[in-house]
Amino acid sequence: MIAQAVFAAFAGILVVSSLLVVLHKNPVTSALFLVSAFCSLAAIYLTLRAEFLGMVQVIVYAGAIMVLFLFVIMYLNLKTDLESGAQIAVRRGIGWIAGGVLVAEAAAFLSRRWTLGPAAAPEPMAAAGNTQAVGQVLYTRYLFPFEITSMLLLVAMVGAIVISKSRGAEPKATFERGRPAAPAAEPGASAPAAAAGRDPESNA
Amino acid sequence: MIPISWSLLLSAVLFTIGVVGVLVRRNAIVIFMSVELMLNAGNLAFVAFARHLNSIDGQVFVFFVMTVAAAEVAVGLAIIVNTFRLRESVFVDEINLLKG
Repeated sequence: MIAQAVFAAFAGILVVSSLLVVLHKNPVTSALFLVSAFCSLAAIYLTLRAEFLGMVQVIVYAGAIMVLFLFVIMYLNLKTDLESGAQIAVRRGIGWIAGGVLVAEAAAFLSRRWTLGPAAAPEPMAAAGNTQAVGQVLYTRYLFPFEITSMLLLVAMVGAIVISKSRGAEPKATFERGRPAAPAAEPGASAPAAAAGRDPESNA
Repeated sequence: MIPISWSLLLSAVLFTIGVVGVLVRRNAIVIFMSVELMLNAGNLAFVAFARHLNSIDGQVFVFFVMTVAAAEVAVGLAIIVNTFRLRESVFVDEINLLKG
């Protein structure tokens, strides 16, 4: 009974804060509401007896991923969206209509009678901890996907570094081509070169 | 014990909010956040069914989904930063070079 009350309370927090993620103009505020949504989702995992996933949710999502988001937002110095114009209004209307259709579909499905196999036997896995149970399955039955996951993380790390690095070498190259002997003229020489390099791309 | 229909309805609502965010917003970073919301809706459905069927496998799949989400965020934010350096914008309706 108390688990249901906790579930309902955190579900309300989750829905409100994820709506604010979508609706708020400022990306930093959106990111902070996303932290709130992830933390309440971790509490919901706790009520569903997935304690290990609740902890991982807080550590990985609210800790690592959101720090990355906030770092990028502040690095890019984003201002609020200037959302106006007929085209944007039309697209926003289409988005809300699609969302309403999805909600109606889910409600129609969940209100029908549907069967779901046998209900769970009352918690035999409470004797050993949840973390131990996850670990035992992860390192025996899912050992090969676990190893593939490590390869995926390696590829993602290399890819992120390569993508971030490719444009960084350009100003140095123009400086060496333009005026190799006078380092004092670097800002004056490199700024027009960078502007000239950017112009045809923005016209295209 | 929590009825599974509550969890599934919450998961559906969360996924819908993510879809609306992707369709409505034009800031690429907020679109990424909405994609994260959709991934979390899938995770919630996995955990709900793992609880209902009393099986641990659903929780293991959530673990894998979290790994994929972390990799996706790392690569995606690198692409966004690179695009911002190139175009001075993170609005997806201004990044239309492929449209010609």
